[in-house]
Order: sequence, then structure tokens, then C-alpha cells
Amino acid sequence: MQRIIDFILRNKNTLLFALLFIISLILTIQNNDYHRSRYFNSANGLTGSIYNTSFSIKEYFNLKEEYEKLLEANRRLETQLFNLPPRDSMALDTAELDYVVLSGRVIKNSFVEPNNYITINRGSRDSVFQDMGVITSFGILGIVEKSSANFASVQSVLNSKSNINAKILHTDYFGSLTWNQEDFRIVQLEDIPRLDPAPMKVGDTVVTGAMSSIFPENIPIGTIEQFSLNDAGSLYNIDVRLFNNMTNLREVYIIRNRKRPEVIKLENEVLND
Amino acid sequence: MTETYVIGVIRFIGLVLAQVLVFNHLNILDMINPMIYVLFFFWYPVQDNQTVLIGISFLLGFSVDLFSDTMAMHTAAALTTAFFRYPIMRFVFGVNLEFQNFRISNSTRVQQLSFLALLIGIHHLTFFVLEIFSLSNLLLILKRVVLTGVSTFVFSVLLAALFSRRRE
Repeated sequence: MQRIIDFILRNKNTLLFALLFIISLILTIQNNDYHRSRYFNSANGLTGSIYNTSFSIKEYFNLKEEYEKLLEANRRLETQLFNLPPRDSMALDTAELDYVVLSGRVIKNSFVEPNNYITINRGSRDSVFQDMGVITSFGILGIVEKSSANFASVQSVLNSKSNINAKILHTDYFGSLTWNQEDFRIVQLEDIPRLDPAPMKVGDTVVTGAMSSIFPENIPIGTIEQFSLNDAGSLYNIDVRLFNNMTNLREVYIIRNRKRPEVIKLENEVLND
Repeated sequence: MTETYVIGVIRFIGLVLAQVLVFNHLNILDMINPMIYVLFFFWYPVQDNQTVLIGISFLLGFSVDLFSDTMAMHTAAALTTAFFRYPIMRFVFGVNLEFQNFRISNSTRVQQLSFLALLIGIHHLTFFVLEIFSLSNLLLILKRVVLTGVSTFVFSVLLAALFSRRRE
């Protein structure tokens, strides 16, 4: 017994190091799961409030730019509105709408890491929960991965784990949007089958597809930068230049699909049968 | 003695805040974020208890991880740096280390810089090896190891010069 205690005392540094190192390895490996452990992200109360304080100081320096952006977004919406065919009536009852939109602000952005997460200042108190879509007035941004009381951590499209259903505008060819971790301006659209003639041209717009219960259809993503066939020659590899400037994000919109629980429930029932 | 503790705590908080609020957002060349909190190991008192340092390094890495959404990769890197700090000091400063009143500020400039470079080297190596394990893009990450290492070194030297106590 004395010897064991002696041994432990003699090697206490090595043992402590090994123990703590193994703990950190376990935590890191858990990170590879889609749903990360609950507390270890920047959406928790302490880190969130520090980022929030830092953001509230910095936000005054961008007010003019922010105002220009909102004006531009408004102009685009007005253009769309005026060009819509006239309608007899418009649904104003919010209880009837499928999608509910909340506004929020980015308090921590990152885009150079291989797995980028964005923290926003809306959380479960504002009814922001996991798997809600996040967009800006220019295009999609990511999906809420975790929310605390006042903050939420968003998995950016610039994340190797990100996988979003997308299609080419005005066609029904859809694929999945991924990121190869190389350039934060370019994401990849995969799994579009080979067709003659090719169903797209360089410069075509890519939008969200209808297969997702997270985003509504036709939210802009970016334009096709270039495309080629994959090695097997059966699918296209498409590079998409994002509409969003990922380095300069402030105002975001969070989308809640009211019918999503119904879709999920139905899908689970089918799976369980 | 109390003074040493107070300075240590201030350094800890200061370095973590500088790291997560400033240096994590530098994005030099769109890919480099220097990890200047390694300076903590450079400034930590030489004669102090090794076991305590390992405990502190866990907290240091973990605080940075919480802010950076990197899970525990900074923690593992900081732990490894703490563990190898003594062997590195033996290697760089040699027998001088045995003297009771030895201080890093008393050693030569070359010794100080190589000590810092080795600390940064071992820290970044651990950090990016862990990153490689979770990712496929090997070449890209190797490029980042070198570039980030160099930028961390430059910024650390500047910060060390700015905040070092005046030499007698």
C-alpha cells in the first residue's frame, strides 16, 4: 500500500496530466457528434454575456452600414411586392402562417475555422430552439444547433458538418449543400445527377429546396461559380458563391416552421412501423 | 508572494479575454488567428509547483475553448504545453535553472526567444494534430500550423516586450 501511494506521489504530475488529457480528448471526440454536449459551447450564459457586452460596444461603429443594408433589403422586398399579381386579400392573422420569423443579432462570428459556429442573442426565452433556420436579408446562414436561455449557437453553412437541401432556381434538381473548408466565399452543391444537356449554367442562382422542414423553399443561397462532373461521371460537383458576406454579419432572421413537429412526428411513425 | 498570485490571476483573465475578444477575430490572410494565450506559460514563475501549473493550464485551455466552440482542443494543447514546460526549460536554460534566484528575465535574449518558440511549437502541434484527427483536409491544416505558429510567435514577442517588467 505504501509503495502504491509512493508511486502515485512520485508520478503525480504525469498521472494528473494523463487524466486531464484523456478528459479533454473525450470531450473533443464527442464534438464529432451532431448534437454536442450541452454546456460546452459559446451559447452558455457566461460566455454569451461577455460576447454580448463586447458586441454592444462595437455595434455603434456599424450603424450607418447596417442602415444601408436594411434599406437595400427593403428595396428588394418592395420590388417583389409591387411585381406580384394583385390579390383580393392578404392573410394577416399570424396564427395562420406556416413560418414565423424572429429577428436577432450576431454577437460572435467565425469563418476561418474548419467548423464555424455563430452565436446570436436570441435563445429559448425567445422561442429559439434546435433545428431552426437562420438567414440574413441576403441568403441563408445556418441552422440553430443549441440554445440557452438568452443565446443560441448556430452551425454555419461554413461547417464540415453542415448539410442543407438546395436546388437550382426554376428547376427541380436538388442536392445537398456542403463545405470543403477551403474558401469561406464558396460552398459546394453535391448529388445533382448528370443530365444532357446540363441543367444549369455558370451564374445560375441556387436556392433552398423543398425537402427540408427547416427552411422554406426558394431562400437564396448563391450563384454557380463553376461546375464539373465527378470522377465517376454520374454526378455534378458545383461550386456556389454565397450571396452572404460571411465576414460581415449583424442582423439575422430566425425561421420557425410551425408544421415541423408534425412532419417529424409523421416521419418517426413511418420509421417505427 | 500575494503579489505573484494577483499578477497571475490578472494575466490569466487578461490573456483569455485578449484571445477570445481580439485575437480570435484577427483572421489575417483570411485564415490565421494567433493563439497568444501561450504567453501564460512563458510568464509563469519558474520555481512554482508543476502540479499546480497543470491544473491551471486545464482551466486556461478550457476557458478559451468555451468561447471558441472548439470543444476541448485548446485544453489538450495547453495541458501538453504545461507538462513539457519543465523539460523545455531544462533544455533551454540548462544548469542555470538550478539556481535559487534564477529568473527568465535574467537569461539571454536568444534563450528567451527559443523558450517561447518551443512552447508555441508544442502547443500548436498538439492543437492541430487534434484538428487533423477530426478532419480530412491534411495539407490545408499543415499550412495553417506553420502560418499560425509564425504569427503567434510574432504577436507573443510584441506582447512580451510591451508587458514585461523593466529590466534592472
